[in-house]
Amino acid sequence: MNPVNYLYLAALLFTIGASGVLVRRNAIVVFMCVELMLNACNLALVTFSRMHGNLDGQIVAFFTMVVAAAEVVVGLAIIVSLFRSRHSASVDDASLMKL
Amino acid sequence: MTGLAAAATTSTGEAVQFWILGTVAVIGALSTVLLKRAVHSALSLAGTMIILAVFYLANGAYFLGVVQVVVYTGAIMMLFLFVVMLVGVTAADSLKETLKGQRWLALGCGLGFGILLAAGIGSASLNNFNGLGAANAAHGGNVEGLANLIFTKYVFAFEITGALLITATVGAMVLTHRERTERAKTQREMSEERVRSSHLPPLPAPGVYARHNAVDIAGLLPDGTPSELTVMQTLRRRGQMRDVSNEALADLKALEQRSEARLGRDNDEEEVAK
Repeated sequence: MNPVNYLYLAALLFTIGASGVLVRRNAIVVFMCVELMLNACNLALVTFSRMHGNLDGQIVAFFTMVVAAAEVVVGLAIIVSLFRSRHSASVDDASLMKL
Repeated sequence: MTGLAAAATTSTGEAVQFWILGTVAVIGALSTVLLKRAVHSALSLAGTMIILAVFYLANGAYFLGVVQVVVYTGAIMMLFLFVVMLVGVTAADSLKETLKGQRWLALGCGLGFGILLAAGIGSASLNNFNGLGAANAAHGGNVEGLANLIFTKYVFAFEITGALLITATVGAMVLTHRERTERAKTQREMSEERVRSSHLPPLPAPGVYARHNAVDIAGLLPDGTPSELTVMQTLRRRGQMRDVSNEALADLKALEQRSEARLGRDNDEEEVAK
């Protein structure tokens, strides 16, 4: 098997995640799809690291994980505060600038 | 020639692993997008992430594989599940389209984007495949090699990551913190309020005189009607109160009918015997 297949898998997962972000309207599921896209990027970075025989790709993937963790914490806090004010987690309901 | 060919492909075992686990990963990703309930989506995404961890391990990224399991599936997905439970498990996505044709347009965009990505990968000349053996062995292992890079070449990015994490923590605390607008009641005020209200004794327990004792099932009054007081306020507000009183009454009715039929038959038999 050619290791390029890992890249195709990463592209497929990224595409599925992107379609999910466009299609779904529950804010939590949209967020999960964003996580799926980040994970697909990490897979591509790890594969690149193996192809080129150096560890820099893994370092970038590691930083992506840290940023994803920070993003999840803030994003879920926003979702919880939105749910508190609107009693709904749908992204369609958040149509006003003011809570 | 054979050496070059061997360097450009992986072992058969890894190929088998890739095709089996890759299929499962794609199925998990698809069910993340397609399943209606957020809990099911979260669980299938956790499965996909574990499979990605296996792929990291297969690619020689041992540290990242373990971190993927610990941080992503262990911490982040559990945080997701926590928020799903907080927001309401039963809150299913509405499937009504608010924008006409948005779903098909989104699918078309996704398909086009995927074709674009695949074509880009296909046309790139990715024939060199060095493997991580030398890079991992250079400093005595994968973790040591990563540490060597993080604390020398990427030390500035690493420091900034620390600042980012602190900012995210403070941000989450600020966003979820709720300011108390009124003074907290003292115990004395609460007890006085309780004496003034009509309910001095504790509220009745759920499930009393009903056939179940789950918290979401209202207790039945002696006449068979459910009592709202027995179910806690949160469940009542969410409308998650289950009502089994009709079931109990129907069961009772069926029992009465059956016994009546039996008695009637007995009477008939007695009459026949006479």
